[in-house]
Amino acid sequence: MSRHVDPLQPTRRAFLGQLGLGPIALSSLLGGERRAGPHFTPRAKNVIWLSMAGAPSQLDLFEPKPALDRHDGKPVPQELIAGQRFAFLKGTPHLLASPYSFALRGQCGAPVSELMPHLATIVDKIAFVKSMHTEQFNHGPAQVFMNTGHAVVGRPSCGSWVHYGLGSEAQDLPGFVVLVSGKIDPGAGPVLWSSGFLPAVHQGVELRTKGDPVPCVRDPEGVDRAARGRTIDLVNGLNRRRFEALGDPEIASRIHAYELAFRMQASVPELVDVQSEPAEVHALYGTEPGKNSFANNCLLARRLIERGVRFVQLHHRGWDHHGTDASDDLLHGLPNMCRQTDRAAVALVLDLERRGLLDETLVVWGGEFGRTPMQEVRDPKFLGRDHHAKAFTIWLAGAGIRRGVTLGATDELGYHIVEHPVHVNDLHATVLHLLGLDHERLTHRFQGRDYRLTDVGGTVVRAVLA
Amino acid sequence: MWSLLILLPVLAPQEHPAARAAHHWAYTAPVRPTPPRSDVSPIDAFVDANAIRAGLTLAAEADRATLLRRLTFDLIGLPPTLEELDAFLADRSPDAYERAVDRLLASPHYGERWASPWLDLARYADTDGFNFDSPRTMWKYRDWVVDALNRDLPFDRFSELQLAGDLMPDAGEEGRIATGFHRNTMLNDEGGVDAEEARWDRLLDRASTTATVWLGSTLHCAQCHDHKYDPISQRDFYAMVAFFEPASEDKLELPTPEQTKRRRELQERVAQLEATGAAAAAITAAKKELKAFAVDSTLVLSERAGVAASTTLRVRGSYDVRGDTVEAAVPQALGPAWPADAPKNRLGLARWLVQPDHPLTARVHVNRLWGHLFGRPLVATPEDFGMQVPPVDHKELLDWLATEFVRLGWSQKRLLRTIVLSATYRRQCAVPADERERDPQNRWLARGARFRLPAEHVRDLQLAASGLLAPAIGGPGVFPLQADVSGVVPTNKAQLRWQPSAGHARHRRGLYTFWRRTATFVQFAVFDAPSREQCIVLRQRTNTPLQALSALNDPAAWEAAKALGARMAKAAGDDRDRLALGFRLCTSRAAEAEELDLLENALRAEAADQRWTLAGNALLNLDEALSR
Repeated sequence: MSRHVDPLQPTRRAFLGQLGLGPIALSSLLGGERRAGPHFTPRAKNVIWLSMAGAPSQLDLFEPKPALDRHDGKPVPQELIAGQRFAFLKGTPHLLASPYSFALRGQCGAPVSELMPHLATIVDKIAFVKSMHTEQFNHGPAQVFMNTGHAVVGRPSCGSWVHYGLGSEAQDLPGFVVLVSGKIDPGAGPVLWSSGFLPAVHQGVELRTKGDPVPCVRDPEGVDRAARGRTIDLVNGLNRRRFEALGDPEIASRIHAYELAFRMQASVPELVDVQSEPAEVHALYGTEPGKNSFANNCLLARRLIERGVRFVQLHHRGWDHHGTDASDDLLHGLPNMCRQTDRAAVALVLDLERRGLLDETLVVWGGEFGRTPMQEVRDPKFLGRDHHAKAFTIWLAGAGIRRGVTLGATDELGYHIVEHPVHVNDLHATVLHLLGLDHERLTHRFQGRDYRLTDVGGTVVRAVLA
Repeated sequence: MWSLLILLPVLAPQEHPAARAAHHWAYTAPVRPTPPRSDVSPIDAFVDANAIRAGLTLAAEADRATLLRRLTFDLIGLPPTLEELDAFLADRSPDAYERAVDRLLASPHYGERWASPWLDLARYADTDGFNFDSPRTMWKYRDWVVDALNRDLPFDRFSELQLAGDLMPDAGEEGRIATGFHRNTMLNDEGGVDAEEARWDRLLDRASTTATVWLGSTLHCAQCHDHKYDPISQRDFYAMVAFFEPASEDKLELPTPEQTKRRRELQERVAQLEATGAAAAAITAAKKELKAFAVDSTLVLSERAGVAASTTLRVRGSYDVRGDTVEAAVPQALGPAWPADAPKNRLGLARWLVQPDHPLTARVHVNRLWGHLFGRPLVATPEDFGMQVPPVDHKELLDWLATEFVRLGWSQKRLLRTIVLSATYRRQCAVPADERERDPQNRWLARGARFRLPAEHVRDLQLAASGLLAPAIGGPGVFPLQADVSGVVPTNKAQLRWQPSAGHARHRRGLYTFWRRTATFVQFAVFDAPSREQCIVLRQRTNTPLQALSALNDPAAWEAAKALGARMAKAAGDDRDRLALGFRLCTSRAAEAEELDLLENALRAEAADQRWTLAGNALLNLDEALSR
């Protein structure tokens, strides 16, 4: 799409000048009340969070366990599971070796299985955390927990807190943008980017890659841009008279909102139009313009960061490999998910790096929990693993992150963490820390008390900081 | 050293929270204050004194068109019709306004308007929430709320029925339907969910919501430990939970006469086929049809006989760590003594809440009502009247309203009538700039309140101004035209099917839109409606570009623009008259000459086949159209 020439520009600027409201007021319209900014010098400006919804199997991707190979098919030791509750497993389940081979990659020697050949090439640029743990073992609550620091819906999401703390530099776009791809599979939905009790301006705005990217951004059938511009001019002309008569600042805000809406009608389609990217970029990400895919969303994430958006969150669904059928088992479903994501996630890191954006952008990759060392047998023809909250793996890259390190470890079966446990609150504290925000000071008073993303927990994971 | 010793006695005696709470105003029954003047409404007497003390000039009464618009939206959630406006403008009798108030309070749309904020509190929705978000049938409860408000069921009775209607022998079917209030909890039926734990979560929600709605208390803070600020022990929280332990969750069938008849026919057919030895396949088919035949129903609570109102405290709030057994009881510090004759069950709880001398119930409710009429409540934290409550500017007014509410027999209509008849309510918004600067938030109420319509009323305005509105009351949720959601990746099992309703159902008031928790109707979500996953006391009111896009481009908004355009195009007179008509339909006032100039010039700039639709679209987007 060609850049839109704004027919109303002169009157608009004149009016904004009249009100004494410049670009700061405009950005505050998008960003809501702008906070004082970071508490200390930030390492990162922006975040891209790649949520692998459904929970990828760390044991088939990043955690080779020779003991599992040795004891494949044997009952799990009772002492490991005594008194524990699982989403689906019953009785005494049997251990399951990974069907995939691992190799030590890069200078750092981090193991990555054959399912992620692209990730294997950048292990020296990223940090693995193998000792993540959470408190929830069902998708909905665990995703809500990973995104809001609390298992019950109603708290603000991490992106909303960041936006609340820092605002956004994007002029024509929301400061917290969410992109969703993948099959219809476990997902808690929009509560994952809710602003909870924070003002609604901090909530994530979902950009869709099919239909309207944001609701109603398209003009009705038969209305061209010039006509829409004239309508907004008329509405604002009449509103301006009202503002002069009543002095209600809400009217001024509404005038701005209509200006911005008009600009978004151009900027949003321009943003989502990835056709304009060179062929080499499409080859790097594996994008297919017009498709709802993780690859397309990774490319959009970079374009959003380039435009100053503070927090971009991708949710890619379909990692829930229980082994019910070929679509959700470890032999077919899991490789398929890796094919959908491996190249694009790595392309994003490399693309950000060559554009100088990785220095200011933190990239987080991970699911809401992990998967069990034991097999879940839903159908003997397929291999599956149940939900495992006690240990899983994520990786971090970019601004402020040590390159080529692995933090934490699990026991020989991959059941319990034995070294440097990292709680979800700790991860949130670390993300905020990199952005220059003290997780204990970023608070909001609600129902008589100060709330924070990390509730009453959270310790910055210094071992992964550069 | 010496200085330290001197300071110590001052710093040391940290008063115990319970001692401080003993003189917290909200925990002490309001004493009806004497208004500083008796020649005006007590409301005005209190407000005027404060406003004048703040150095402000009281604004004059708003013009009559503004007044009728404000009043009509506030009481019935719709704009006044042109006939109503004409009649009111022409009626110069001194009681014209008062009669308009009474006419609107008697309107069957009154219950619709006041149901929405109550349904936010009740977390009413048409789906279960969570991953599966399956549809549920609850609209009989919603219709009961509308009807109860229309009948002006006193708030004490209204409360008792919803908390314990099943335990009130004289309440009958109405009492059972009303218990749906606490069946509006979300339902989690995801794989691996422990059914007992999920039930426990619903019990906690019932206790917390009861405390929020009637006590303005953050009781839930005491789930894991004693409350940090308020005199509520962890035990108090579980004692409240205990009231809900004996209740079972049931479905109440409410067949219409036709459904009863049809079901009887199906039963008789099965019996007949069996008696006559018909083929097995035919019997099976008839039985299947009988089983599949659904009658109207709603979800209710019923007390299980012989189950004690007690529960087990959970150590640090952790579901699986059981502590002491706790008997049902109310938090001592938060209200009057337990009524001597009240049973230790939900009914007793309800009676305790609506004791006339309860310090919180009436205050909490009148504060919410005030918030809906003035855009901001008197107590800035309507969900929290505890020790952390911020200072209240109009404390005496609050107490007067609370005691007046009880004195009026807990009649919401009579209380609203008193408020809207006050000069405070009727003031104009336009004031000199320096007056506004002296009180930008309108804390002192020296000028009229002006704010954007709530989500449902944005839709209602579009339907009413365009003439599309189908005014029928009640019935199952409907599916209006909705913005393109084809790009929404649905959650697990919650398929995003939204087949727009046909005929009248497409143009029903916002209240009747099918309320889907994981995918709120797009227009409502954009205009700050909550998902209803939990109790919401006061909605936020934002002003965003997404609202502009919705009001401009949403298919339902565009349909309304077309209808309004057509209504204008075929009206009598010249283009200027037609534009004046549309302007008035949207804003309730006559357009000024310069405004008509702008509209007329814009109309001429557009192609003939589109100009009236675009004019309707612009008018429905005016700040004035979206505000009251």
